[in-house]
Amino acid sequence: MTSATYFSDLKVRVAQNTGLCLVIVGFIAFYVFYNMNHPRGFSTAVYIQNSNEVFTLAMVAMAQTVPVLMGGLDLSVGAIMTLVNCLASHLLSGSPIQILLGMITCLATGALCGFINGCVVVYGRIQPIIATLATGAIFMGIALFLRPSPGGNVDGDLSWAATNDLFEVAATYGLFDDGKAAWFQPIAWLPVPLLLILITAAFIWMPFARSVTGRSVYAVGSGEGAAYMSGLNINRAKLAAFTLGGFFAGIGGLYLALQTSSGNADIPQAGAYTLNSIAAVVIGGTSLLGGVGSAIGSIFGALVLRTISFNFRIFEIDPLLQPLFEGVVLLAAVSLGALSVLRVKNTLESFR
Amino acid sequence: MTTQDTPVSTRRFAISADDKPIIVAACFILVILAIGTGYTLITQGTATLLSPAYLLQQLQVGAFLGVVAAGMMLVILLGHIDLSIPWTVAAAAMMATAVGGAAAIPVGLAVGLLVGLVNGLGVAYLRIPSMIFTLGVNAVMRGLMVAYTGGFAPQTAATPLMQYLAVGKIAGIPVALLVWAVVSVGVIMLLNRSAIGRYIYAIGNKEAAAYLAGVPTKRVIIIAFCLCGMLSGLAGTLLAGYSTKAYQGMGDAYLLPAIAAVVIGGTQILGGRGRYLGTLVGVILIVLLNSVLSIMQMPEAGRQVIYGTVIILMLLVYGRNQKVTQ
Repeated sequence: MTSATYFSDLKVRVAQNTGLCLVIVGFIAFYVFYNMNHPRGFSTAVYIQNSNEVFTLAMVAMAQTVPVLMGGLDLSVGAIMTLVNCLASHLLSGSPIQILLGMITCLATGALCGFINGCVVVYGRIQPIIATLATGAIFMGIALFLRPSPGGNVDGDLSWAATNDLFEVAATYGLFDDGKAAWFQPIAWLPVPLLLILITAAFIWMPFARSVTGRSVYAVGSGEGAAYMSGLNINRAKLAAFTLGGFFAGIGGLYLALQTSSGNADIPQAGAYTLNSIAAVVIGGTSLLGGVGSAIGSIFGALVLRTISFNFRIFEIDPLLQPLFEGVVLLAAVSLGALSVLRVKNTLESFR
Repeated sequence: MTTQDTPVSTRRFAISADDKPIIVAACFILVILAIGTGYTLITQGTATLLSPAYLLQQLQVGAFLGVVAAGMMLVILLGHIDLSIPWTVAAAAMMATAVGGAAAIPVGLAVGLLVGLVNGLGVAYLRIPSMIFTLGVNAVMRGLMVAYTGGFAPQTAATPLMQYLAVGKIAGIPVALLVWAVVSVGVIMLLNRSAIGRYIYAIGNKEAAAYLAGVPTKRVIIIAFCLCGMLSGLAGTLLAGYSTKAYQGMGDAYLLPAIAAVVIGGTQILGGRGRYLGTLVGVILIVLLNSVLSIMQMPEAGRQVIYGTVIILMLLVYGRNQKVTQ
């Protein structure tokens, strides 16, 4: 490929993903600004802390993205996350085998919750928004049943290793000469949560989005009738979308248990995660009408949301004003994205 | 999809598609009452649930949800949704108690109207999906109220008139119930007897078609959101009167039950279809379900599960969509 065609290809790609590019630029600007003003900016400690704070929201935002791409909405992501969080606080202790089985059970539970959502939507033929509102209440009830009051027992080593950098992982489990091997040094500073996000995006989301089922999810979001006429398996796409969403939410809940070493069936917290996930999805350039966007954008949407709160801490803005700033930023972000409506020449085109 | 083509004349007991949810929900209310009464008869030997005083008291508490659900229904009929209700309720209550005196209730309603106006402008003119725009407005309202109150419950108290509207009684009937009745009559008149009501249904069915037919779609959307905001404001002032003061998060418990009540009553979540009577029945169903569960001293976990199961079961009976691909 010559450089000219390469650049024109790049231009098309950027033009097709304006929202994604904007949110990435926005995140980098916010984050560099934050680090420049942080007394210990650009240090591993700061990266670790920030990636810990961002991880669960990033996962829940990815979870929300898949049903949204399909033209639906999942109001139960926060509840699934909380349910898995409470389950993990019971299972993540004991021998390594027990812990491993516990983690697999947790992730399977998340996927199962998503699958149940999918079944209610596909076979019950109930609108996703209202179906997940109801299943969310059920998942929340089970979470409360598992953990009537906050608490739990999570393996300390695992918790420490998962919430720090790679060096601590190696040191905790005695790998690579306790993390002192020379070849290991260049990557030893990488925060584990950041790596986990990258792995989830690269090895679960990307292959899914490129698969036939993944493309079907996009197609259903763009036009269900047309997707059906094209011979795509709509039911499978919907089931897969909700199941994958539940799985991502499960990862988020599992990590929250590792991070806090406990489970907490907190209804307002679950609601806040659900609402923030919608905000992250929209900021990340995914259309709520379906068919356009990606989970990668939602990760950056979550990063932007959290980075804004980080900046509040640095500048010691009155904590009482923080909710107001967050609200204004959210409203401004979605309004900016909507300004293109002013360019619509034919009013009929604005209805969809 | 406005009317279902059920051949009424050929079947004596044919039920129109719009009535079916209402009848099913009403039957379910009887089931709830029967279960609750059975429980109290066994444990206490009395039929507490069936006493008029108890029912009136439950309906008085339900009136707040009923007023919120009435507004929510107008917006859902358009095919939109209003997620800003929690902090509209709280903001109206806080402003009403802060101003006090004769202006308290008008101020509460005005706060709701203003929030509704902002919602309507964003949805109608910027064409931002209502789901996300009202979510943002809710966050801003929360921010404003936290900044204003310092994050604590305001010290100001509700005016005597607000308290009277919320807890007073006329000839044994709670005034709050009368307020709900007035709102209900107003909404029924609006939906069935006014041009705006028909426009709301038309926009919910197919906005482009309504626009081409000459409906001032933007104005109707704004009016619906304003009414929804104002009814939330009314609920906020009543609620402040009920608990004699405003407090943080006082509206949080009303958003999801309001949506559930509207949907259980047979209104399509995508808009264009549904009757107000259904919403009324839906509110009563949710209120009675809550009260029976609290009589049974059901822990929160069980409540959530039952709550979700009931919504799904009700919708499985009558809320199933037509297949897009049929």
